Amino acid sequence: MDTLPLAATGDDAGPLTSAQLRELYSLMVAVRHLDTSAIAWQRQGIIPGYAPELGQEAAQVGSGYAVDTTRDFVFPTYREMGVARTMGVDMVGYMSTHKATWHGGLYDPVESRLAPIQAVVAGSVLHAVGWAHGQTLDQKDGVALTYFGDGASSQGDVHEAMNFAAVMKAPVVFFVQNNGWAISVPTDRQVAGGSVAARAAGYGMPALQIDGNDVVAVVEATRRAFAHARSGNGPVLIEAMTYRRGPHSTSDDPGRYRSLDEERDGAGEDPLERLRQRLLADGMADEAFFADALAAAKAEEEQIRTGIQALGPRPGAEMFDLVFQETTPALQAQAANWREESEHV
Amino acid sequence: MSNSILASGTAASTDAAGDNTAENTAPASAGTVMSMQQALNRALDEVLAENPKAVIFGEDCGRLGGVFRITDGLQAKHGAQRVFDTPLAESGILGMSVGLAMAGFHPIPEVQFDGFAYPAINQIVCQIARMNYRSRGTLPMPITLRVPSFGGIRAPEHHGESLEALFAHVPGLKVVSPSNPHEAYHLLKYAATRPDPVIFMEPKSRYWQKGEVDPTRHDADGGSPAGAKVMREGRHLTLVAWGAMVARCLQVAELAAEDGIDIEVLDLRWLKPIDAAALAASVRKTRRAVVVHEAPLTSGLGAEVAQLITQSCFDTLRAPVERVTGFDVPYPSGDLEDEYIPNIDRILFGIQRVLEYKRG
Repeated sequence: MDTLPLAATGDDAGPLTSAQLRELYSLMVAVRHLDTSAIAWQRQGIIPGYAPELGQEAAQVGSGYAVDTTRDFVFPTYREMGVARTMGVDMVGYMSTHKATWHGGLYDPVESRLAPIQAVVAGSVLHAVGWAHGQTLDQKDGVALTYFGDGASSQGDVHEAMNFAAVMKAPVVFFVQNNGWAISVPTDRQVAGGSVAARAAGYGMPALQIDGNDVVAVVEATRRAFAHARSGNGPVLIEAMTYRRGPHSTSDDPGRYRSLDEERDGAGEDPLERLRQRLLADGMADEAFFADALAAAKAEEEQIRTGIQALGPRPGAEMFDLVFQETTPALQAQAANWREESEHV
Repeated sequence: MSNSILASGTAASTDAAGDNTAENTAPASAGTVMSMQQALNRALDEVLAENPKAVIFGEDCGRLGGVFRITDGLQAKHGAQRVFDTPLAESGILGMSVGLAMAGFHPIPEVQFDGFAYPAINQIVCQIARMNYRSRGTLPMPITLRVPSFGGIRAPEHHGESLEALFAHVPGLKVVSPSNPHEAYHLLKYAATRPDPVIFMEPKSRYWQKGEVDPTRHDADGGSPAGAKVMREGRHLTLVAWGAMVARCLQVAELAAEDGIDIEVLDLRWLKPIDAAALAASVRKTRRAVVVHEAPLTSGLGAEVAQLITQSCFDTLRAPVERVTGFDVPYPSGDLEDEYIPNIDRILFGIQRVLEYKRG
């Protein structure tokens, strides 16, 4: 499905250069390696839990690649590590949420342009609409990019967000990662009509349903959507069809709801392997490049793991100090009691 | 879900409470006589003029000026960018407020009637209340959520609820309710300049009651709108109330005075944070207290107030703190409303229970 009008001018930028394609590959390898490592960290007791994204690297890296962090803002749920990495977010700060150091992560959302991680998966979709409308009111040209999945698309807030955005012509890109599974429930038991993209028509909003395992298609679609929204034409919906190859979280057991054969059939082509073949076929990269990319990913993962392991618990006082901008006497009293009773004075 | 079936004319002409306590609540200094609706409207007008980042939005608050006309004329004066109508969806309105706050605005959204805050509870509790904490203070939520609140206007179901305990229980929210036009003007102006989310509960049964408003100063003594306020001095017992119940308690105090009982009326104003110091000061003086609220009894704010009093005044209390409240029933239809909302007789009985208390 592609109901997004072609841009009249060359706003979409040109085709990806070979350097950009190589950069995308390096990003995807870094994300793949960090993602699989994070599962290992959980097994090793370094972090208590993690939400893997194996198989969604192209959807995340490709869409995050289109973000202009000098003016756009991104609204994630809890499975957008690849987006964060692509945007250049501090990954120790990002992973700290999975270390259970601080809900929302320790990275600076204002500086990084990535809203805090959160688990009420349709909640942030509305925030994107409000932020985007703020751009209109301020006569700025920032675009809000909001991520959610096939499961979240069942929530009413997604409908309200799309309706609000379309009525107000808010510059929002709704990026649906349809990974086939909302924990144990497959898309055909989750999304009536089988597609989130089809719903866009009801809001008078253009939509693109794309192969979410093709990073080039994802970059191009997201750039087109950004150009459309940035030009004042209102929101766009992108549904990237992909597959969650791993469990929902490190606590999940996919064996209870799908077989290995189903996983193999559903997963389709590996997004990394796909780009690798393309780079090889076009003579843009050689084995040495791939080896270097993997080595860089390993070095990066080691650095992040060291950072995570070095993170101590947050000072307990923050629990009280960060509730409000202007604290209350009751909170001050509770903090004082806590200090005294915990001998933390 | 929340398309109001209550016309504003009905609200304007209905005042089941029937209280008129302008003479009791006017500040000492000279001011203008206006209704609470006008006072709130004036406060919003000034907030928009003083803060270019303040924006007002919700259902029907643009061209119509709100079903209660609180935003009357503001769109015409400040423009449709500053005061605008949204689609009919409370979660959308409140979720949008989060994003606007993240973009540097001071949103002043309206939920048309208290019962329609329920569809937005997720955004209020999981998002507005937590974003400052979640973001470690980098994304403050200076959102002033106006909620026409409480009963007393014989409205249909969900058009009259008392949600203060629900909101006050949520970490990250602050809750305030004005009791007369002067308080409404100052408390709204104060709330709308705070950097934290404030649930502003407007007693809709008082919208059309008039009183003197002195815009130049909040209290006769120049005090701050940040805490509780003694609305009537007394020696024998403290009535603690907020919102529409303050006027009723002032009436009760007048009646009790005829029997020689000298009652102090404390307008709590802030339901979170509660001004525990003012509460203690009043009850340490009178040594007896009755809390009056429209919300159901069980786990209501009356329990919180009673505990705060017990903690600070146990040694001086002459009787357990009494509560006169609504009942643990869904908010009833208009015909039963007068049985549900604490009335003068029930409050007097509560006072009597305290005054006649004998240690077992």
